[in-house]
Amino acid sequence: MSERASDVMISFENVDKSWGDNHVLKHLNFHVKPAEKVSIIGASGSGKTTILRILMTLEHPDEGVVTVDGDELWNVTRGRRIRRESKQMKLTRRKIGMVFQQFNLFPHLTAIENVMEAPVQVLGMSKEEARERAKGLLDMVGLDKHLDHKPHRLSGGQQQRVAIARAMAMRPKVLLLDEVTSALDPELIGEVLGVIRDLATSTDMTMLMVTHEMRFAEEISDRVVMFDNGTAIEQGPPQQVLRAPENERTRRFLHAVLEH
Amino acid sequence: MTWDNEFALSILPDLLGGLWVTIQATMSGILIALALGLIVAVIRYLRIPVLSPVFGFYVQFVRGTPLLVQAFAAFYILPDYGIVLSPLITGIIVLGVNYSSYTAEVYRSGIEDVGTGQWEAATALSLPVRPTWTRIVLPQAVRSIVPMLGNYWIQMFKDSAILSLITMNELLNVGQTIGSSEFRYLEPLTIVGILFLAVSYPAAVLIRRLERRLALTS
Ligand SMILES: Nc1ncnc2c1ncn2[C@@H]1O[C@H](COP(=O)(O)OP(=O)(O)O)[C@@H](O)[C@H]1O
Ligand SMILES: [Mg+2]
Repeated sequence: MSERASDVMISFENVDKSWGDNHVLKHLNFHVKPAEKVSIIGASGSGKTTILRILMTLEHPDEGVVTVDGDELWNVTRGRRIRRESKQMKLTRRKIGMVFQQFNLFPHLTAIENVMEAPVQVLGMSKEEARERAKGLLDMVGLDKHLDHKPHRLSGGQQQRVAIARAMAMRPKVLLLDEVTSALDPELIGEVLGVIRDLATSTDMTMLMVTHEMRFAEEISDRVVMFDNGTAIEQGPPQQVLRAPENERTRRFLHAVLEH
Repeated sequence: MTWDNEFALSILPDLLGGLWVTIQATMSGILIALALGLIVAVIRYLRIPVLSPVFGFYVQFVRGTPLLVQAFAAFYILPDYGIVLSPLITGIIVLGVNYSSYTAEVYRSGIEDVGTGQWEAATALSLPVRPTWTRIVLPQAVRSIVPMLGNYWIQMFKDSAILSLITMNELLNVGQTIGSSEFRYLEPLTIVGILFLAVSYPAAVLIRRLERRLALTS
């Protein structure tokens, strides 16, 4: 594993996940390189969110090994009892940040408090230092005027930008983005995509995003992966997968999506 | 029968004394309910084999039987087992135990009102268990718990009148005693009602205000 650590940031080895008869991930093998920007596309229910949630340790695999930055996050043998939170997992998890479809901001905290929370509580940073970091991040996402506003006073687009700043406050090596614009009104999508575009072009963070914004995916991704039925059925550079898909199901999916 | 002002004034001090007992009993009952309810809620939450189901049954049992039955049971049966308590103490314990079951459910629903998204955001930020509770979940839960508890406290205040039937010397009991010895019920019972209202109505207004202040959108 250590010899691969330098060229693999995320790896799924033979990962299986089902709910009852619903076999969501089938012996999934999937790798992401450091600094790579990968977009996952696929029909609803194809297991895209499940992949991100396993990485964020919000779900456990039934079987398989998941590593991040060379460290084991999950190592599950079928039938063996799963320890949900091993020490190793907790340490590895700090390298990962996630932005959710529904923002999930802390509603009782202001924008800047949302961003300061983890650096203070997890990294033991002083309030002043955390405040400076949070200010910088909120400035970066264009919310320097809204530091002391609680989430309910912010628009959806603003809330999602706070959520991005909050995830960035832990300086993650891997950022997971799960359909982060699909809960937004159309006119607010652009401002959020703009922030993500900036992150993609200006950082060497590894980014794994699930999206239905095909043009955006084409613009910022190094690689697009098409999921269907729990496996990656096609992947490659965005121009190839999105413009000249080889797989029939990819073609049909893109056709259906681009209709709208 | 017409209202006799002079008689009404003459019995007022005794009735106010009764109100004071009612308030003290309610307050003490509230403290018991808060503490016992917390213990019950935590044990149920932890899903400890045997113990948690037992406490689950406790909640159902206490909620499923009338307060008066519980009061009579405590008042008439406990002394048979050598536990002799004053009517006041018996009444406070019965009230507190009775409402501990409701309080436990309030704690539970307050915690459940905090959506899974909040827990997941905390995990995604690697927040350890303790700050997840103290900084994220509980501060939000309190906002729904406090108004719910407040409504139960008003109900406890009114329900404490039931304890007059185990001879606890609270407001209704005082009013009734005056009525039966003076053969006039109009003034004492009217004043009893007014005094209950004089406390419960402002309390209800206060709780509604508090609820608005605590709302996450304020
Ligand atoms: N907690 C869960 N319990 C049961 N089924 C689930 C759960 N989470 C996801 N699923 C199922 O797993 C499948 C994949 O879900 P998901 O990963 O969310 O798909 P996608 O993000 O691609 O739309 C779906 O059929 C969904 O119903
Ligand atoms: Mg999804």
